[in-house]
Amino acid sequence: MSAQTAAPAGEHVAGRSYLRRLVGRPELGAVVGAAAVFLFFSFAAESFLQASSLSTVLYASSTIGIMAVPVALLMIGGEFDLSAGVLVTSSALISSMFSYQMTANVWVGVGVSLLVTLAIGFFNGFMLTRTKLPSFIITLGTFLMLTGLNLGFTKLISGTVSTKTIGDMEGFDSAKALFASHLTVGGVDLQVTILWWFALVALATWVLLRTRAGNWIFAVGGGADAARAVGVPVNRTKIGLYTAVAFCAWISGQHLLMSYDVVQSGEGVGNEFLYIIAAVIGGCLMTGGYGSAVGSAVGAFIFGMTSKGIVYAQWNPDWFKFFLGAMLLLATLLNAWVRKRAEASK
Amino acid sequence: MSALVRLTEVSKFYGNIKALQDVSLEVHPGEITCVLGDNGAGKSTLIKIIAGLHRHDGGSFEIEGEEVSLGSPREALDRGIATVYQDLAVVSLMPVWRNFFLGSEPTRGRGPFRRLDVAAMRETTRTELARMGIELHDVDQPIGTLSGGQRQCVAIARAVYFGAKVLVLDEPTAALGVKQSGVVLKYVAAARDAGLGVVLITHNPHHAYLVGDRFVLLKRGAMAGSHAKSEIGLDELTRQMAGGSELEQLSHELERAPVPDVIGGRRMDVPDASGVSGASGVTGASGEPGGSGASGISGASGASGASGASGEE
Repeated sequence: MSAQTAAPAGEHVAGRSYLRRLVGRPELGAVVGAAAVFLFFSFAAESFLQASSLSTVLYASSTIGIMAVPVALLMIGGEFDLSAGVLVTSSALISSMFSYQMTANVWVGVGVSLLVTLAIGFFNGFMLTRTKLPSFIITLGTFLMLTGLNLGFTKLISGTVSTKTIGDMEGFDSAKALFASHLTVGGVDLQVTILWWFALVALATWVLLRTRAGNWIFAVGGGADAARAVGVPVNRTKIGLYTAVAFCAWISGQHLLMSYDVVQSGEGVGNEFLYIIAAVIGGCLMTGGYGSAVGSAVGAFIFGMTSKGIVYAQWNPDWFKFFLGAMLLLATLLNAWVRKRAEASK
Repeated sequence: MSALVRLTEVSKFYGNIKALQDVSLEVHPGEITCVLGDNGAGKSTLIKIIAGLHRHDGGSFEIEGEEVSLGSPREALDRGIATVYQDLAVVSLMPVWRNFFLGSEPTRGRGPFRRLDVAAMRETTRTELARMGIELHDVDQPIGTLSGGQRQCVAIARAVYFGAKVLVLDEPTAALGVKQSGVVLKYVAAARDAGLGVVLITHNPHHAYLVGDRFVLLKRGAMAGSHAKSEIGLDELTRQMAGGSELEQLSHELERAPVPDVIGGRRMDVPDASGVSGASGVTGASGEPGGSGASGISGASGASGASGASGEE
């Protein structure tokens, strides 16, 4: 009826909506924030812009970023994982201790670690969908249990709080090449984790925006009941997300092990919040249904720049947490505004 | 002619609590079956059984002559039963085109390169909505930015597009204004004309009578009546819906209660109406005053009608 009259006007609307769509991107706030932090440290710290410094910043970003990707996906799916931080350590410990105790090839330990870590992720998802308890409670339980198991088993088996070195074992070198090697690109030393990170961001973005699974992730986070009603396998999607977190925890854990060849059993506690912060700064809504993998990468990059920038500026690192907290608050306020805009009914 | 969906004396228990007992209904192609009942009458339990969210415990549930017990919404969808819920029809943060195809996304490519056919999804969404008279400039806008009526229409358009044979609508007009309700009812009628069997769940007999072919009344989980349109008038439907004999009782009780000044002072006909014995007086009263008529019906009692009127002004 009004199609004919609306058509010419539609051109203008399309132009405007392009800008509006850009403003509506989940990463926008994070990108602006990252640019601001980058400029700030470029002026505040002389050595910040050197290639070697940027490489260090990228490395710090990647260690958080690898985990921030699946944590962001999980958050878009409407859930949390508080066990993600210690799961990294568990994964490293399993790999290390299995190899050492069984005097097997390092790769056997790496494989066993993958299976066990995935099983823990599956357990989180299974418990969540079965009990219908909040993920906060379920994963807080897993977090505490894993923290205890990490310390308990390590002391029981090796007698100290850290594992025995596996640096001289068969297969260590090839495993190290995959998880903790350095590459020299154009005279700059880059950690291989940066490649893992970029690859995971690309994969997650593809899954999120261009596959059925991605559509389901948005749906189970934005409205699980509506999604179930149109036939989306809500439980399977959530379990899959927890398994993805576990898979990335395995990658991070193997990196942790291969870069030092020993693992401290108390490590990883508190890192889960860094992953969540990176995801939230990157535009993920805490309540689910909205966000992006690229945003989580930008969030992790902000983390890397801030944590290393403070060192390059020769400030007291105590200020770091303040920065992080302020960024988190700003990002959350921005997200709340975005959500209100998106959900506002005419 | 065989029914698309036939429930025969279907029952559902939650533990010891009887949510639904011996309810029968039929849905035929090109017809609208209305299920009417007050809050707690068992409408949502009935809808959940048909939609596959709950299994029934007793009686038989046939789809196109085949007896079934649906374990998931997916099974219901695969058998051509699409359900549109009042408040959970769509995921409001997601773009319109993603919502339109949610759960049944078309893909291209094979193996790891299997991906959403985004261009086709966008285009189909635009044309299908245009066919229902919804012109969107941007199918990428979050569906939450559409009006309530438009969202219902998107959900109905989606069901029709995916070849549903039976469309189950849960209170599609409950949260909508008069004009929006009209728009939605128009699409319900359009779906019927397209040959779908429609189950319309509502507590508004006026909306039901406008489009319905047969009416099933529920009360406290049991059937309170089942009529074809030719057998029952709007007044009688409204009366039964409003509670019939219970209303007589209520009117009797209200008669003796002191009439508050607010009501007595403003509406002269109130003592009069309650004085007329029985429900016919109430039905008459609810028909006359334009604005408060609706609240008198949906509230299903003279009391809520009166308190609603005194609250508004």
